[in-house]
Amino acid sequence: MKEVNWMAGGPQGAGVDSAANIFAKACGYGGLYVYGKREYHSNIKGLHSYFHLRISDREIQANVNDVDLLAAFDAETAVRHINEVVPNGGIIVDKEQINSKVFSIPTLPYEYKDELRKQFPKRGINDTVSDFLEDAKAGGAQVFLIPYMDLLKRVASKLGIRKISTVTRMTNVLTIGVSFALLNYDIGLVEKAIKSIFANKPKLIEMNTTALEEAYGYTVQNFGNAFPLKLEKIETTEKRIFLSGNQAVALGKVLAGCRVQTYYPITPAADESEYLEAHEIFKTNTGEASIVVVQTEDEIAAINSASGAALTGARAATSTSGPGFSLMVEGLSWAGNCEVPVVISYYQRGAPATGLPTRSGQSDLKFAINAGHGDFPRIVLASGDIKECFYDAALAFNYAERYQLPVIHLIDKALANSSQTYKIFETSQFTIDRGTTPTEEASNEEYKRFRFTDTGVSPRLPLGTKNRVYWLTGDEHNEIGHISEEAANRTMMMEKRMKKLETADREIPDRERVNFFGDGSSGDVVISWGSPKGGIIEAMSKLNAEGFSLRFIQFRMIHPFPTRFVSHALEEAQNLIAVENNYSGQLAEIVKENTGIETSFRVLKYNGRPMSTTELYDALKRIVTHQAKKRQVLSYGS
Amino acid sequence: MALKPSDFKTDVFADWCPGCGDFGIMMALQIALAELGVQPHQVVLVSGIGCSGKEAHNVKAYGVHTLHGRTLPFATGIKVANPDLEVIAIGGDGDGLGIGAGHFVNTGRRNLDITYIIHDNGVYGLTKGQASPTLKLGLKTKAIPKPNINQALNPIALALMTGYTFVARSYAYDVQHLKDTIIQGIQHKGSAFIDVLQPCPTYNDINTKEWYAGEDRKDPETGKARGRLYKLGDVGYDPAVQNEDDDFSKKIAALNKAQEWGDRIPIGVFYKNELEPTFLERIGRRIPFYMTDPPAKQAISDAAGMSNADLTEFFEELMTS
Repeated sequence: MKEVNWMAGGPQGAGVDSAANIFAKACGYGGLYVYGKREYHSNIKGLHSYFHLRISDREIQANVNDVDLLAAFDAETAVRHINEVVPNGGIIVDKEQINSKVFSIPTLPYEYKDELRKQFPKRGINDTVSDFLEDAKAGGAQVFLIPYMDLLKRVASKLGIRKISTVTRMTNVLTIGVSFALLNYDIGLVEKAIKSIFANKPKLIEMNTTALEEAYGYTVQNFGNAFPLKLEKIETTEKRIFLSGNQAVALGKVLAGCRVQTYYPITPAADESEYLEAHEIFKTNTGEASIVVVQTEDEIAAINSASGAALTGARAATSTSGPGFSLMVEGLSWAGNCEVPVVISYYQRGAPATGLPTRSGQSDLKFAINAGHGDFPRIVLASGDIKECFYDAALAFNYAERYQLPVIHLIDKALANSSQTYKIFETSQFTIDRGTTPTEEASNEEYKRFRFTDTGVSPRLPLGTKNRVYWLTGDEHNEIGHISEEAANRTMMMEKRMKKLETADREIPDRERVNFFGDGSSGDVVISWGSPKGGIIEAMSKLNAEGFSLRFIQFRMIHPFPTRFVSHALEEAQNLIAVENNYSGQLAEIVKENTGIETSFRVLKYNGRPMSTTELYDALKRIVTHQAKKRQVLSYGS
Repeated sequence: MALKPSDFKTDVFADWCPGCGDFGIMMALQIALAELGVQPHQVVLVSGIGCSGKEAHNVKAYGVHTLHGRTLPFATGIKVANPDLEVIAIGGDGDGLGIGAGHFVNTGRRNLDITYIIHDNGVYGLTKGQASPTLKLGLKTKAIPKPNINQALNPIALALMTGYTFVARSYAYDVQHLKDTIIQGIQHKGSAFIDVLQPCPTYNDINTKEWYAGEDRKDPETGKARGRLYKLGDVGYDPAVQNEDDDFSKKIAALNKAQEWGDRIPIGVFYKNELEPTFLERIGRRIPFYMTDPPAKQAISDAAGMSNADLTEFFEELMTS
């Protein structure tokens, strides 16, 4: 089967997300894999948002530039995405909106209109949506004009609804009906998806199903087999899930035994906490357990309450994004100083400042590694895909407790809000490692929370342990935790804490820190971290088919840096190529700092949109064919 | 075995200035804990930054000496994760009402079952005497270059308006009264706030021990000092909310009392309401086994060390095939 790229777009609040959800689920029921990319404005209602779903009979792990079928809820979507539609592709548009003037669309931003004003005369386009569509037709695309309002009226009359405004929010389902009819897909699977998504809401099921059938029927009748691309279902018995990065992190926390999560609302992190709160009671092998989710007054309270919870022996975490993490920094330093096993899920978004609150970026790596005053140990993880989000979220707690330090788990918005089909995650092998507690003999002596040891790790007891007391302080302290400004103790205590990082570096296996892909002997070595992973792997496989072999090292634990392993792996590298969603190449700088090895090329992107397979293929091909500049800046995305 | 106040002492040298009110608060706390019959390991003393922050090291109990202003968030996390612990938060007026004011307000909203003791002396002592949020407008204590340009906030009124269900004031040099107030605060079901007036002998040369004792306003006939502090219990004031209809009038009465300052300063309990559900009870309504199996006590792995979480239902919800 040829893969299909379907995009649905419309104003926020018009049901773009639920349309994508229904579409993806219907594809899943047909045995197909889906990768979904979600883009939206920092806005509640009215501004443009879209979902790009890539559907295949094989597992896919990134988005591409091409759109085969564009389902536009409104004129703006058609205008904004028409250039992404492939020559044989299709555009589904509201018949009644084609005469609207492009420059009168109030939600199109000034700088966007300005660009169109420059382009239109060159391309000989006047300023109606219709002119725009004609231009696309000339490029080979098919336009399917659908009378949305007529269909909605028919839906209303079938349901016996008088007020048309009650059914206007079914526009999203209309476009699904049209899309699946054009793709000749089994409507029964779509109905099944609607039933599953609106389970226990029979009225919504009826409305959505009626709208779906109306649009599907209309399209078959009027357009028949006009669209060449088809979506074919496949028989499969494999159990699969479709989930977002936010959900994967939440599930990883449940697996790891996280019992307290604190947060302050921020995009794109809050979805994870809300998901956990909605599932606060869950099953265990022997009964039930719970996670208490506390919405705090700010991120300062979030990190410090999480630390407080961790001190009692509960596994505890907090979840935030860049601006929130900035507020957490003092608390992070305290947690480092007091050796608190606290986990911070850090969802990066477009920065600096408020930046691009709903867009992606990877510009907080150096910040995560260096945040906080003073030298103190921490571990920084970065997941490369949604599945890794799950396992890394769980591993973070093991590292935190084994080495008694804060663990920062970096995720980017592209992973948080994208969704992907996977086989059900394997969980039966996940071991809980709670680190060292005092042995029986030791418990007879005076307990010292910060006992000097060879590994730097002191046996840990939670607050409230019977017949013990100890102290914790943000001041420098002695072994039992009282304030100490003594010079010799200070030196030993600094060394004790920092030694834990060496212990972690020695003990944590390389397979949990780096992933390898491609041809191990290739001199062209890509290094990257986070969401570009999937696109790089797909681009490499395309290039491999053309005879270009590359090697890819994906960094999953960036601090402590796997120096020995990486230095060795890069010995034979001729061209080191850093791929990152930021301006400066932060990983490239960290690799240089730790190994002395400088990158030959940097492929960077900082327009707030994730990297696509398409543009990564182009960028890497320019490098292997010796046509690349040292610094390539990618720009795809709307 | 019943413990004595000395069982709650550590051998850490208390490094406050001679005559500091912190000594009185520390002693009152140690006596209160002994009288309550708790064991040191059942108590967590969470402190902030400043002279009073060090108090956690002078009391034999679990001590968590935190960050400036962040006492309450730490205390919240500890109490929510392990409700069996007796959590007492202590800090200065600058710590709790300046840098930590947002936490003060929001902890009140939760009615979390902890006790919060503010050491209220009107100055930032450890940084050498700057004006704190409780220093009155226009006062010039000795270390500040110009008279205080900010209006003072009223900790009692703020606590009343933000949801604390036990609001009291005491005096650091009246150890007996303070100890009794602390015991009542700890025994209270819900968030207890105690504002403790204390002289700072080094930096607050206005609200001194002598000023509180009224030595500047001696009775012309007897020549005796007329102390400024009086006990609410001595004037028949009843702070307790008996039923929900009572609540508003009790709050108004407490607010009225909170306005008194100058020659007559009330100490004692201003407001007490145990009808309001605590944060722990609110969680317990959602998670029925929360109090018996709180976060800190739940098992997370089986005997073989494998995770005990069963994700089947999560996966079923996300199932696409």
